[in-house]
Amino acid sequence: MTRLTGLLKDWAASDFAWRFRTSPPVIFATVVFLALVFCAAAANWIAPHNPFDPATLDIMDSRLPPVWSDGGTAKYLLGTDEQGRDILSSIFYGMRISLLVGLAAVLFSVTIGVLLGLAAGYFGGWVDAVIMRLGDIQLSFPTIMIAFFIDGVAKIVMPVAMREEMRFYVVILAIGVADWVQFARTVRASTMVERRKDYVAAARISKVGGARIVLTHILPNTIGPVLVLATLGLGVAILTEAILSFLGLGMPPAQPSLGTLIRAGNDLLLSGEWWISLFPGAALVLLVLSVNMVGDWLRDVLNPRLR
Amino acid sequence: MISLLATRLTSVVLVMLVVSGLSFCVFNFLGDPVNNILGVNATLEQREELRVALGLDQPTIVQFWRFVERAAVGDFGVSYRNRQPVIDLMLVRLPATLELVLAATLTALLVGIPMGIYTALRPRGLLSRVVQLVSLLGISMPQFLIGMLLILVFSVELRWLSAFGRGETVQIGWWTTGLLTTSGLKALIMPTITLAVFQISMIMRLVRGEMLEVFRADFIKFTRARGLSDRAVYLTHALRNSLLPVITVVGLQVGSLIAFAIVVEAVFQWPGMGLLILQAIEFADFPVMAAYLAFVGFSFVTINLIVDMTYLLVDPRMRVK
Repeated sequence: MTRLTGLLKDWAASDFAWRFRTSPPVIFATVVFLALVFCAAAANWIAPHNPFDPATLDIMDSRLPPVWSDGGTAKYLLGTDEQGRDILSSIFYGMRISLLVGLAAVLFSVTIGVLLGLAAGYFGGWVDAVIMRLGDIQLSFPTIMIAFFIDGVAKIVMPVAMREEMRFYVVILAIGVADWVQFARTVRASTMVERRKDYVAAARISKVGGARIVLTHILPNTIGPVLVLATLGLGVAILTEAILSFLGLGMPPAQPSLGTLIRAGNDLLLSGEWWISLFPGAALVLLVLSVNMVGDWLRDVLNPRLR
Repeated sequence: MISLLATRLTSVVLVMLVVSGLSFCVFNFLGDPVNNILGVNATLEQREELRVALGLDQPTIVQFWRFVERAAVGDFGVSYRNRQPVIDLMLVRLPATLELVLAATLTALLVGIPMGIYTALRPRGLLSRVVQLVSLLGISMPQFLIGMLLILVFSVELRWLSAFGRGETVQIGWWTTGLLTTSGLKALIMPTITLAVFQISMIMRLVRGEMLEVFRADFIKFTRARGLSDRAVYLTHALRNSLLPVITVVGLQVGSLIAFAIVVEAVFQWPGMGLLILQAIEFADFPVMAAYLAFVGFSFVTINLIVDMTYLLVDPRMRVK
């Protein structure tokens, strides 16, 4: 216990903590982000209604406007959609899916990127050439285009019965594969520096195997910048998922993410029922903006070149 | 310079090879050309005959070469969905997308560069701060939301602009243009703004950053020492030197505009290539998907190459190396 408080005290006295305390916008963004994560994680308990329980839905309550406009009721703060589902609750549940997909996609591309980057940097030669060329080719196309194609083709190729339930994994795969290059490039660069250092030579002399040197000795020394990139990547991944879902290629209506909710509400926009799509949209902007602000700040603080 | 050109060209060939390989896979392995032509009720003999006639009994590499040969002259077969040659479908949709992308690029340049210059010259002005804040929002907001907000305000509330379609178009040869009619131009307004907002923010931030950087350079101090007017210092010397990265980014952004045009076309039901590919995915129309893939690959490679060439023209330092 004393060790823990000691660690906390050390952290509070660190340069990093000081920089955090002295930048109000970042504190604000972090609070917003944590609040959103809390709403998403605790959706089962704090959401006023359960949008997935047909028994609680009443078709008479459909398309109600938010509480402050004419015809709105306090029962549904942000109004209801065309099937009488509470928008606020749908947002909580939708945000959970958006966050899960985003996190998993980033984790996936970090894994691919780090492994390929380590291989390219450590082994060099043709391994390096093949991996990096592949990365170059992929970089000449925008991420969203690549995710779009992987997702589109996967959607068609899968057996119809599996399509709906596998969407979650397909979207993660599509976004993950589309975004590995930046991680691989960073890790490759630092691996090439690290592998010439004495501790790697020492490990080699002690007959430690190549894979073990890479994974237990070099990897921990290259992971720092990756974490920063991953934070920024989370914003991009959440946004990419929203775009795919908006185009009808992402999460299905049975498992709606924020993008799916916006897509569903888009058809009703022309009849003036703006709250069905724009509140989920606002939640999405808030989520992405807070993630990006924290990411930008981390990059500035942890990047020694910018100091 | 020759060696630079050579490496660029090798990478172009490499990218095109990979893209046409993928496109071939979509066309050949995902779609079944025999089923497509004969339908599912044909006999085995008929199928075998057609397979031989189409060259599907040949080794894959030969088939790939044939695919590339045909693709080079624009022959991507027949659409599964509406039985028209794919190339015709693409050519009908191409003008809509290109006009949209072109309009968005011009808007982004014409708005973004002046805004960037202004915010660099008056970094502490009120207007600059407002512009900066708005641009942060422009970068974080997904395009489809911007489009939906515009529709809500200008179509639903004010009823000024139509929320979907291209308006009236005029046929010039095979090219249908919406630029010559009033309704066509009005229809272009909202999609263009939607597509351009991100680019405007991007270009503005870039120009601002570069100009602030250039202001610190010695040659700017020297222009001041020579007693040149503010106008000459800012617009002739500083701006020119800060536009170099802008060229790269704008070039690369034109590429991503083609990608984001899919989203904008979906929001405004703009009858371009984006809607075409979305429908193709929905109906598993593989020839159209293969053709779109090839089109995207080709346009990106071309854009990247043009950007590199412009660099050579604009920056004398590149030529010396």
